[in-house]
Amino acid sequence: MNLNELTAHELRDLIKAQKTNTTDIRDSLLDKIKRADSKVKAYVRTFDTPKDFKEIDTAAGIPISIKDNICIKDQETTCGSKILKGFKSPYDATVVKKLKQSGVSFIGATNMDEFAFGSSTENSCYGPTHNPWNLDCVPGGSSGGSAAAVAAHEAIWALGSDTGGSIRQPASFCGIVGLKPTYGRVSRFGLIAFASSLDQIGPLAKDVTDSAILLNIIAGHDENDSTCAEVKVPDYTKSLVKDVKGLKIGIPKECFIDGLDPEVKTAVMEAIETLKEQGAIFKKVSLPHAQYAVATYYIVATAEASSNLARFDGVQYGFRTHPEQSRRTPLIDMYEETRDKGFGSEAKRRIMLGTYSLSSGYYDAYYLRGQKVRTLIKNDLDKIFEECHAIITPTSPTTAFKIGEKVEDPLAMYLSDIYTIPANLAGVPAISIPCGFAKNGLPIGLQITTKPFDEETLFRIAYTYEQSTDWHKQKPKL
Amino acid sequence: MISKDDVRYVAHLSRIHLQDNEVDHLAKDLEKILGYIEKLKEPDITNIKPTSHVLPLKNVFREDIVRPSLKQEAVMKVAVSHHNGSFKVPQVIE
Repeated sequence: MNLNELTAHELRDLIKAQKTNTTDIRDSLLDKIKRADSKVKAYVRTFDTPKDFKEIDTAAGIPISIKDNICIKDQETTCGSKILKGFKSPYDATVVKKLKQSGVSFIGATNMDEFAFGSSTENSCYGPTHNPWNLDCVPGGSSGGSAAAVAAHEAIWALGSDTGGSIRQPASFCGIVGLKPTYGRVSRFGLIAFASSLDQIGPLAKDVTDSAILLNIIAGHDENDSTCAEVKVPDYTKSLVKDVKGLKIGIPKECFIDGLDPEVKTAVMEAIETLKEQGAIFKKVSLPHAQYAVATYYIVATAEASSNLARFDGVQYGFRTHPEQSRRTPLIDMYEETRDKGFGSEAKRRIMLGTYSLSSGYYDAYYLRGQKVRTLIKNDLDKIFEECHAIITPTSPTTAFKIGEKVEDPLAMYLSDIYTIPANLAGVPAISIPCGFAKNGLPIGLQITTKPFDEETLFRIAYTYEQSTDWHKQKPKL
Repeated sequence: MISKDDVRYVAHLSRIHLQDNEVDHLAKDLEKILGYIEKLKEPDITNIKPTSHVLPLKNVFREDIVRPSLKQEAVMKVAVSHHNGSFKVPQVIE
């Protein structure tokens, strides 16, 4: 039995039965990382066992891997960017604090697109991560390192962040479970901000049960994040019941678009049949403004990003450089040269796009209009949830694409998030679970979305489907 | 139409120095992306309020009392350059 291949809840049971301990689990993970990560490249760094770590025999007690944009005190956190190289956070993110209190230790930081800008983990200053199911393919992104680590059994479970699909799309590409909680369910304190009205931290795990256990630990109000809602956190493991009888699930007619891979479509239709057999009732619904979601997102998210990334100016954090010859004033020269050399090309593209849409003369035409279309998209979803408990769509229109395939075409890359973006714009929770494999052996993901703060129904549907299939038990050969 | 001068102007607003070849690339990329974003002109947004934030939250206040916070040294340790507890930057005024 390889401990690293088990789920957190299986390991928890073994720890309780005194058949294993956290040290053995860590050793098994570090051994796997040593053997497999030269091929997968999921990690940007691994950690020693922290000195203040106490082994606590609780529900958690299982080591975790963390995306490189979530701060751990005195550990380097770089967001996959040269501009943050050497930055050691002086404090713990709230999620990290909560995990530490639950006795969870940290294995390492996982690779990501720089500042979470991307859908493939190719925009990292450390180079790309590879998909464990086919090393020539991307793992998705931006939480591609977390997804690949879990799929390759180099991690038991992991945290990622999701601004437009950055947990769900890599979970789909890597054949694991990825959850974006409701906006405000999990504190963003200590998550290096990309787009503050969209970002949310969430679990990437081998099954639905582990996702529920992890959400139990990280969810809840935090006075350090004023947007973290004061809504009671239920015990999500109580929602893990195999029963969807009478639940109404909407299928948006707009989701069967031209770019949808026929094999993905077939897998999703079969998943719908499986849930029907379990008693769910399906209904055709409409999201008339979903076609504007990607355009809206690239206005709203880049505007917020351009503002959030203004803080990386060579003053407060690790990296600073100067031009050889002065162009403006010494201070402006330092800002402009530090940001030129510190940011990669996609970061520059997004900062520029965001600055443009916020600049004088363009604000109304782009940013304000984008925010209004955002309202229309949110209204579409609100309306569906008046008559449905959930919505089902594919997570991504295709399976994982080849490394390098979309690097030169940013717009094609942006369109791979077409199904995941509406949940961020509307602030609702959504989960991606494995629902099959294409003929080329790559995993396919199913996305379930519910109304705000109804992760319980999300888990119930996801668990029922998962327990009716064995997709989540498949392992890549590495 | 995004000109190279537009790109240089926005780059300056963004405080990013760009190489000449980056200006060419970005002009083309932004042109293409903004062309796609033109779609947003299609839906009717008359009388639609903008959404900047999805939660029904307004003015989250707390008591104005002193609480423990990060030590100044801990913050300065992260800075590139500091002097007497302040961030040190290149000359600001000529």
